[in-house]
Amino acid sequence: MSTAKKSEAVSTGIQMPKPDPAILLKRDQIVAALKAIVPGEGVVDDPTAMKPFETDGFLAYRFMPLAVVLPETTEQVSAVLKYLSNEGVPIIPRGAGTSLSGGAIPQEDAVIVGLSRMIKILNKDYENRTLLVQSGATNLSISDAVSADGFFYAPDPSSQLACSIGGNIGMNSGGAHCLKYGVTTNNLLGVKMVLIDGTVVELGGEHLDAAGLDLLGVICGSEGQLGIVTEATVRLIAKPAGARPVMFGFDTSEYAGACVADIIGTGIVPVAIEFMDKPAIDICEAFAKAGYPMDVNALLIVEVEGSDEEMDDMLARIVTIAKRHKVKVVKESQSATEAALIWKGRKSAFGATGRIADYICMDGTVPLGQLPYVLKETARIVEEYGLRVVNVFHAGDGNMHPLILYNINDPIEAQKAEDCGMDLLKLCVDAGGCLTGEHGVGIEKRDLMLYQYTQEDLDQQMAVRAAFDPEWILNPSKVFPFEARGNQKPLVESA
Amino acid sequence: MSVFEPKSEEECAAIILEGDSFEIQGGGSRAVGRFDGNSRNILSTKGMSGIVDYEPAEMVMIAKAGTPVSEIEKALKKGGQRMIFEPLDYSGLLGNKSKSTIGGLIATNASGPRRFVAGAARDSFLGVRFVNGKGDIIKAGGRVMKNVTGLDLVKLLAGSWGTLAPMTEVTFKVVPQVETEATLVLLGLSDEKAAQAMAAAMATSCEITGASHFPVNVASSFKEFGDNSVTLLRLEGFKKSVKLRIENLQKALSSFGEQLILNDKQTKAIWADIRDVKPFADSTNTPVWRVSVAPMTGYKVVAELGAENAFYDWQGGLVWLRMDAAPEADKVRAAISKLGGGHATLVRASAEQRLSTEVFQPENEAVAAISKRIREQFDPMGKFYTGRMD
Repeated sequence: MSTAKKSEAVSTGIQMPKPDPAILLKRDQIVAALKAIVPGEGVVDDPTAMKPFETDGFLAYRFMPLAVVLPETTEQVSAVLKYLSNEGVPIIPRGAGTSLSGGAIPQEDAVIVGLSRMIKILNKDYENRTLLVQSGATNLSISDAVSADGFFYAPDPSSQLACSIGGNIGMNSGGAHCLKYGVTTNNLLGVKMVLIDGTVVELGGEHLDAAGLDLLGVICGSEGQLGIVTEATVRLIAKPAGARPVMFGFDTSEYAGACVADIIGTGIVPVAIEFMDKPAIDICEAFAKAGYPMDVNALLIVEVEGSDEEMDDMLARIVTIAKRHKVKVVKESQSATEAALIWKGRKSAFGATGRIADYICMDGTVPLGQLPYVLKETARIVEEYGLRVVNVFHAGDGNMHPLILYNINDPIEAQKAEDCGMDLLKLCVDAGGCLTGEHGVGIEKRDLMLYQYTQEDLDQQMAVRAAFDPEWILNPSKVFPFEARGNQKPLVESA
Repeated sequence: MSVFEPKSEEECAAIILEGDSFEIQGGGSRAVGRFDGNSRNILSTKGMSGIVDYEPAEMVMIAKAGTPVSEIEKALKKGGQRMIFEPLDYSGLLGNKSKSTIGGLIATNASGPRRFVAGAARDSFLGVRFVNGKGDIIKAGGRVMKNVTGLDLVKLLAGSWGTLAPMTEVTFKVVPQVETEATLVLLGLSDEKAAQAMAAAMATSCEITGASHFPVNVASSFKEFGDNSVTLLRLEGFKKSVKLRIENLQKALSSFGEQLILNDKQTKAIWADIRDVKPFADSTNTPVWRVSVAPMTGYKVVAELGAENAFYDWQGGLVWLRMDAAPEADKVRAAISKLGGGHATLVRASAEQRLSTEVFQPENEAVAAISKRIREQFDPMGKFYTGRMD
């Protein structure tokens, strides 16, 4: 949900393929065929009604799709995929459209297959601690459905109110809690998936591990390129007895970064360790009045779980560690209200930043020991571009989220921000990390893939992709740079 | 036919380019699968050995694939850390003295009791270098915990049993050792009652990291419990926290009958035995199945089969099942399928039995077709032996 302000300005730096005129000419016929498969309101082909589908959470690019189809059953998804792949029409799978990397952005000759009408929770099984859900259901609706019975679903991307579990599977989403509980791939037990030719397969289930090759493992995080997941079996976890955040203020980001590494190295696994730099503290405090210390340059919010006695014990250990790292301010929440305020500030970071400027949010991950260096370099690079940056991110796992501030209506500054973002991602790779920790490659980071991988590395990935979708029908313009595609079938010609 | 032990990934690539018909091997301690006896070149990773990078504060280790697991564990112990998936050592069960390698450990996804809450080997596995059948040296994944950059080929290699490509270097997550561990034991429960007790324990906030059950005749191999079935629930962490949680757990499970508590030392010993399938490490070749089903299904499969020798891990979802004489694959898999699905791997049997049995669970047609195409993409000329998983 960390999106720039809505605007009609559209960037052009990222190439998209030229639409296939033969497909554009067949539009009426395609729409009619889709209407025959999904009756009623299930096919959207009116330009005004299709407007919301032009883009996703990565607002800088938008394209009107050929049509949108919103099936209600796996059988309909199957028939749609069979028909479209036979016709050679590109397919863009879409969950809730909250992707921050452009994973759900369509192209003019493509049909969006949206899962927003498949939102039922099909089975709750507390003894086996699993839940079976249709893939269009929101992430939060899962935890909401089991909360009263003492359970939750762990991965919690900040867009969890809106994002769908199918989208989470596509992007292998993380969230603040993943430090302790892992990301989507660690909490996904099975899927029902429609292959490109319409075949429906079931992988995994309520049991653990694959019988043969771990296909579920490669499907999770495949950005809608291997098939369309219509149902998922996910792991439920018993809710902790309680949770409590504590704030630590430091004079420098270096102290804060070293403190993070030390906490984790000691064997304490907090549920979350969130980092905010000075601009983030200022913006969030102004917005949420959370009582953040204003005389520090870096803030950590560390949350622990357990019974009261356990939390007291763990927090005492963490405070001892923080003191070794010259902590300046320690503030434990004394009440549920205070705890809520501390989190309100953190969770409003993206929204509050959006009130003062447009921004793009990067998502590289770096090894923990590199945090202080990368923060320093980030500041230097952003300054060189004459821009400003706000850092607020999941420090415990090294997943950085620098927000680069700019004015979306100033094309020169917009281009600068995009270039600056790319430089920051390269910095993450150079520091031994990766381009994206949880947002996905999409179109946003597609053209940087050769910075992290060799041509041979990408060839191997594309070959596996082709094992599922040999004609590159599914989400074809994403993840793999056009220049690296070689003799893989699609999209050498770009617009 | 020869044995190749390349010392580097470049040498490994050259061998693959020039040769044909390779059986990929690590330490050979988990020789599960079908080996048809046909003569092949052995491509061993043992020559590529050594820890490449280990900074405890980073909680990541990079090691060459042929590094012995014992060497890794020694280094981790020194750094106060461990592999959270609790590596399963098959050598006792399979009666060999081979030294397991880290590459083999990951290639067989050999995870122990903590798997059901902390993930399998595949979940700790962050990055890999390997050589494909074309002789290309490929890297996938990386060294950071959160990484969604491109397709997750790392997961495909975990659990591929050396049938996709030889790994040359692996990167995996490590975590700090715990201060202490303890086990709450429930005595005298039936398999069904035990499954209910374990489910009830998992519904508490006590953070159980092991849930196993031994029916009477298997429990008798552990002398200390007398003539009782035993249900074991493990807790780990800081001393104070473990003490508090075990008290809470005792209260929560008070209706399930007699309880006793195992201390740190006893806990370590018994969970190592559970992990390495000690009750069936009997120096025979009697067929042993590793069955993975939903936690509440395990005891039903055993009842359906009328099996005498079985015990449970992973809250009941992992069944170790020893047969009397024949593997009876059809019967075992029919029971699993009837009761809701899962899979069974014949981890131990005579060479003849393994040749005449589908050791790995057969996949349905569509899934098998995808797997076949993926194998072709790793090894287009079919240089690597894949019959092991057929």
